[in-house]
Amino acid sequence: MKKIILFLLPFSFFPLLDKNAYHMDLMTNVGIYVLLAMGLNVAVGFTGLLNLGYAAFFAIGAYTYALLNLHMGCPFWLGLPIGGLVSMIFGFLIGIPSIRVRGDYLAITTLGFGEIVRIAFNNLDRWTGGPNGLLGIARPNFFGFQFSVNATPYFYLVLILVAITAYLLLRMSDSKTGRALVAIREDELAASCMGIPTLHVKLTAFGTSSFIAGIAGAVFASKQTIITPDSFDFVLSVLILAMVVLGGMGNLWGAALGALVLGILPELLRGFASYRMLIFGLLMILMMIFRPQGILGGQLIRRELQTKNEGASDAAS
Amino acid sequence: MDSQLQLFLQQVLNGLTIGMLYALVALGYTMVYGVLQLINFAHGEIFMVGAYLALTTIWFFASWLGGVPFWGILIALFVFSMMGSALLGAVIEKVAYRPLRGSPKLTALITSIGVSFFLQNAVMLLYGSKEQSVPEIIPNVQFHLGGVTLSLIQLVIFGVSIGLMCFLTWFVKSTKTGMAMRATAENPEAANLMGISVNHVIRTTFILGSALAAVAGALFSMNYGSVNFHDGYLAGLKAFTAAVFGGIGSIPGAMIGGLLLGIFEGLGAGYLSSEWKDVFAFALLVTVLIFRPSGLLGENVPEKV
Repeated sequence: MKKIILFLLPFSFFPLLDKNAYHMDLMTNVGIYVLLAMGLNVAVGFTGLLNLGYAAFFAIGAYTYALLNLHMGCPFWLGLPIGGLVSMIFGFLIGIPSIRVRGDYLAITTLGFGEIVRIAFNNLDRWTGGPNGLLGIARPNFFGFQFSVNATPYFYLVLILVAITAYLLLRMSDSKTGRALVAIREDELAASCMGIPTLHVKLTAFGTSSFIAGIAGAVFASKQTIITPDSFDFVLSVLILAMVVLGGMGNLWGAALGALVLGILPELLRGFASYRMLIFGLLMILMMIFRPQGILGGQLIRRELQTKNEGASDAAS
Repeated sequence: MDSQLQLFLQQVLNGLTIGMLYALVALGYTMVYGVLQLINFAHGEIFMVGAYLALTTIWFFASWLGGVPFWGILIALFVFSMMGSALLGAVIEKVAYRPLRGSPKLTALITSIGVSFFLQNAVMLLYGSKEQSVPEIIPNVQFHLGGVTLSLIQLVIFGVSIGLMCFLTWFVKSTKTGMAMRATAENPEAANLMGISVNHVIRTTFILGSALAAVAGALFSMNYGSVNFHDGYLAGLKAFTAAVFGGIGSIPGAMIGGLLLGIFEGLGAGYLSSEWKDVFAFALLVTVLIFRPSGLLGENVPEKV
């Protein structure tokens, strides 16, 4: 808890220091990336389940809130959890049959699912507005405070969501389930021999991961007020994966750091805008070859070692 | 012949044409998977690079060597795009995949996504992000066979693809290198102990697969008359579907998978809706992966301890 506050406190002053509306908007988007990266990290980093269609779950959250709001006037605060839940249900639907298959096959199944979702949103003109998307999605209203074009309230909303997510995920990673996830990543066969119900645990991870994407999607929809299928393409899935890989797979702070770096970097490299994706690709190759554990990956191992030592000293005393 | 049957046969024929190309690309996926157990995500990009190399050859002939007959240009563009893509495949293997030999599957898969992104954007920067139209070099001749129309380009696709598949089957079955490839796919360590240079075999596999993908890319771009840096992603994914459908690791499986996928897509586009054409392929992929991950001809190998 202390760590989360220490990590996020500096960011909460950002709107006071920088009044630039464009920067505010950018930082809010980066916050959404942080949410997505932390969510994907649960599947890819903790459990070793490569999800290449993560943008689809983000899209499902966004479209769920948008459709509920446009057709039934559903308020944001109700749409937010529903978006997450619907996304989680789809996560289970795709996860239950496909999680049995080997890891690299899951990657391709999710990739296929991601494309199906995007094409479906594109073609179901009657409900989703097709390529033009949905417009006029309502912004949140917080006890009479109406969110507007100004991104600052969104920034704080995302910041709070990041804090809650980080807290819950940290609790999760220290729990029995979290240990089981890491055990599965390291050696699934050994984990199942130790009595871990691998299927159940993997589904938990996959569902949690989809839920977070759905939440992020609902926030995104309310912030943009317009969503189109193009915002949720494969490039986004890979971008989020690159964030997790860069920061360090299996490390919550790593994922957040990766999102921060890759979210802000393109703005700093404005002159090289067209080289952006080229650099991302190169970065992924180089990271995998020279530092597969990511920028902060080393810390996880150190922490794991420390926990072991504590356990040993507990046993001694 | 009644028109219903004509339409059906025409769709099957069109589907077979594109299926031939899927099969050529699927062979690369399946061979690399056979020796390395790696899903080479960047393989679709090799296909796309092959198409651009073919386009470059056509430009070269158009501006420097006028008056060459079309089959001369055709041979030149096949040779050039095959050599260029084979070289690229070998370089990718050496630079990106070899350092990761023995690391977890996930690591190599993520690297291949990185390679794919890199190539896509490198091509985009070199050739521009707009769709490039490919000049028509194969004369637009149509043959009518009992109400079904067959164009010359389709004939070329059939001829070249069948020829290459026969060559590959012979190569893998009868040559020493082919035998070494099969041995490596069976058990790399044992193959190494038998004096087979596994690195050499893997390099050969990448070269062969890339050359086949390049031919497919060249034919694809000539068939549709245009090429875009995005093309490799979709074509690669469908070819991968074909490889999985046929049974990944199996060479005849990739061929059959490619042809069947092409026919499904042709019929689906003809009878249902072309908007959902891509969804059929992905839905097939997801279904096969879930219910029969070993594919039509693949062996059911349980995960090793």
